[in-house]
Amino acid sequence: MSEINDVVIKIATVNGTGSASANGLLMKAIFRMGVPVVGKNYFPSNIQGLPTWYEVRVTKDGFQSRSDRVDVMVAMNSQTYSRDMNELASGGWLIYDSTWPRSRLLNREDITVLGVPLSKMCNEHFDGARARILMKNIAYVGVLAALLEIDLVVITKLLEETFASKKLLVASNIEAIRLGYDYAKENFSCPLPVKIEPMDKTKDHIIIDGNTAAGLGCVYAGATVGAWYPITPSTSLMDAYKSFCKQYRMDSDTGGKKFCIVQAEDELAAIGVVLGATWNGARAFTPTSGPGISLMGEFIGFAYYAEVPAVIFDVQRTGPSTGMPTRTQQCDFLTCAYSSHGDTKHVLMFPANPEECFYMAVKAFDLADSLQTPVLVLSDLDIGMNDWMCPDLKWDDDYQPDKGKVLTAEDLDSMETFHRYLDSDGDGIPYRTLPGEHPKGSYFTRGSGHNRYGGYTEDSAEYQEVVDRLLVKWETARSIVPRPAIEYSKFNSTAILSVGSCDGAVKEALIRLKEKSIGLNYCRVKAFPFNDDVKDFIDKHERIYVIEQNRDAQLRSLLILDAEVNPEKLVALLHYDGMSINAKFVIQKVEEEVAKGRAA
Amino acid sequence: MSYNPRPKITHPKLPKNKRGLTARDYEGTVSTLCAGCGHDSITAAIIQAVFELDLEPHMLAKMSGIGCSSKTPAYFVSQSHGFNSVHGRMPSVTTGANAANRDLTYIGVSGDGDSLSIGMGQFAHVIRRNLDMCYIIENNGVYGLTKGQYSASADVGSTGKKGPANRQMPIDPVSTAIGLGATYIARSFSGDKQQLVPLIKGALTHKGFSLLDVISPCVTFNDHEGSTKSYAHTRQFYQHVIDADFIPPAEEIKAAYDEGSAMPVEMHDGSKIVFRKVNKEYDPTSRAAAFSFLRDSVNAGEIITGLLYIDAESSDMHDLSGSVDTPLSKIPYEELNPGKATLEKLMDRYR
Repeated sequence: MSEINDVVIKIATVNGTGSASANGLLMKAIFRMGVPVVGKNYFPSNIQGLPTWYEVRVTKDGFQSRSDRVDVMVAMNSQTYSRDMNELASGGWLIYDSTWPRSRLLNREDITVLGVPLSKMCNEHFDGARARILMKNIAYVGVLAALLEIDLVVITKLLEETFASKKLLVASNIEAIRLGYDYAKENFSCPLPVKIEPMDKTKDHIIIDGNTAAGLGCVYAGATVGAWYPITPSTSLMDAYKSFCKQYRMDSDTGGKKFCIVQAEDELAAIGVVLGATWNGARAFTPTSGPGISLMGEFIGFAYYAEVPAVIFDVQRTGPSTGMPTRTQQCDFLTCAYSSHGDTKHVLMFPANPEECFYMAVKAFDLADSLQTPVLVLSDLDIGMNDWMCPDLKWDDDYQPDKGKVLTAEDLDSMETFHRYLDSDGDGIPYRTLPGEHPKGSYFTRGSGHNRYGGYTEDSAEYQEVVDRLLVKWETARSIVPRPAIEYSKFNSTAILSVGSCDGAVKEALIRLKEKSIGLNYCRVKAFPFNDDVKDFIDKHERIYVIEQNRDAQLRSLLILDAEVNPEKLVALLHYDGMSINAKFVIQKVEEEVAKGRAA
Repeated sequence: MSYNPRPKITHPKLPKNKRGLTARDYEGTVSTLCAGCGHDSITAAIIQAVFELDLEPHMLAKMSGIGCSSKTPAYFVSQSHGFNSVHGRMPSVTTGANAANRDLTYIGVSGDGDSLSIGMGQFAHVIRRNLDMCYIIENNGVYGLTKGQYSASADVGSTGKKGPANRQMPIDPVSTAIGLGATYIARSFSGDKQQLVPLIKGALTHKGFSLLDVISPCVTFNDHEGSTKSYAHTRQFYQHVIDADFIPPAEEIKAAYDEGSAMPVEMHDGSKIVFRKVNKEYDPTSRAAAFSFLRDSVNAGEIITGLLYIDAESSDMHDLSGSVDTPLSKIPYEELNPGKATLEKLMDRYR
């Protein structure tokens, strides 16, 4: 094994020991050397004491998904030592804390084991139990720095920035780095054949997680009301919104907040708060995950029928039921698309990475306001909580929110009468008014049967006229939702159609499949309903591999239901074990299908 | 919910308020509730109260959930926006509405099923937030629209139209609200408009959460002998403890009150509520006293009415949150968006 800037480092620790900051330091140091990185955190649904892993994939090619191998394992957790050792690729390196003897029964001839007395060194150099545990983590970063040739100047600068207001911590952290670094230099042959060399591939890029980016998007979209009930993995979205608001949304004269966050009693209340706020003209949102969507169902249907805007972020996690809250999946497509009783369907957006979380957050508010309907942004735990390398987020100062068809007091003054649900423009979108604007604008918002004037009805024709008009609006939605990303060549009759966080794995697989002479076109859908570009793409191919991260091929079902695609054309390749999909899975499944096709 | 507009017949001599509007201008569509329903009397009292408060109709927001009570916002102030939400969830919608626009006056109309069963959680939490709203429970102890099941406020021993007596303990919204920290708590009777109108005016003016539990007999399913929410039963055991007069801002207190029994409390907008204590021992500014008095009255089988507790100095949700005075929905986008230069600078944090 000998590679430059193509190595996977995995760190096994116990959660609650502060390893996150050490792992972040490691990843950022490599990033600052100009080398693309992918970071994945595998953590338990627990506060302290259970196994947790962090994986840093150094990828000179800039691939975005997790790898399928581990080259360097830092085994800091004795509970998982044997499993961690087994996971290591042949020819890899295992680093462990040699303060205590490791069992001789656990051994592999095909790996190199490097023992570092991390606890012993830290106990000698630092006071206090907590500091010793924290510094042990920093010390393994020092070991890795020596083994992989990570620039100590970069690490030092990062530490100085992180602890800018706590100078003493800078010194102790640097000391811990040196302990690990010096020990490795003295005792091992450094660097390893796999090592890191500076590149220039991270310029104008950042490392950010999807929830932070989405929270920032809400601020830029002008959202002022956020309501939520804490749920993994969506919690950090509201944390981010709050922290950005505290920075950018405080009135400089009075110190008052130009935002209001309601931590509701449950998700039913959270979505109720959103609807009340948007009804009153504010931009409002709620972040949640699958169980929250289940609870919000009744209100989502209300908002569809009464035509009240709402932005809902569903950071999907592994279901069904409580499922595995800290594992990822794309398992809420169907429940979100058709949430609530009766004939309902909803606009969905599918970001593939944190960058899209930012832009789609803004777009979601524009769509919700202009369509007067709930818009659900379906991210997932992998996007929401992991650190991704993305291009810098950009903003156009000419942007103005699309608040949709809202009548002003002046409009109402000049009108004879106002009726809430008239389709004056033929696009299925009626005009609305805001409370407090004008006496003429008043109407009764209701989920019960109503006619086009907004009045209560139990008349069949009047009822049907309104629900049919909602279908006209649905078609308008189809024409304005984000278009798919398509990579097309007319030489390929087979294609992959995928969604969201599968993107990185699919793109990497496409490159590697091409090397094996399997050429495939690629369409990544970004929204539901599917616009004509998606239908055209499918029409142009004989066979489509639908790749998604759930058991029941939910995206495939949506394509059949909404785009009326012939089911025989769509072959589902499904990854749903709770870990994020990787290229190896895609390649293997496609090759199996290709082989089947040849045999047939 | 009615779709029949009321005929607009106005008498030139109808009294007008400061907005130049008559009480008729505050009416809604024709009620479709049963003839004699207590809820219609409450609707009439609301109309009277908002007329007398000179409220601009479009600055009132009418919120409700599901049930007979929740239909009633259609029957008052047609020129106000109404939000007839889903069952038991009016408090959350009102929370969001108020979060977005604190300049409107919020009146929520709910029932005992909507508030004390399906909506008990939201009822409790809107009190915790001390949301600035007037929350009326039209309390009849029975589910009307589904034809006569007991609600959570049905008293032990109360009988349904058919079937055995209720044996489960009732949830009393007033004691619950005192325990949860509500800052304006009153009980009244739909048949006592004289008491009800000033209580509604006080509730609409109070800054923070005001609860008005109004016994409102269901003439169809719960007005028979054996019911403890019938007109006859309510009239028999009805006790005024504290009557309250509402005095608008800048108007002097002219009425004469017995020494020791009258007690004016100033509201945040300068208006006053003057208590007239029927029971001189009672102190409506003490939560502990109100609570024990209520417990004793329940044991005595009395229905205690009047303004039972008030804290005129409380902080509402926006105070607790530290919001700016301008309604959030009215802040120009330019003030909300940090802009391109800020984003460029922020990017360095993520490198």
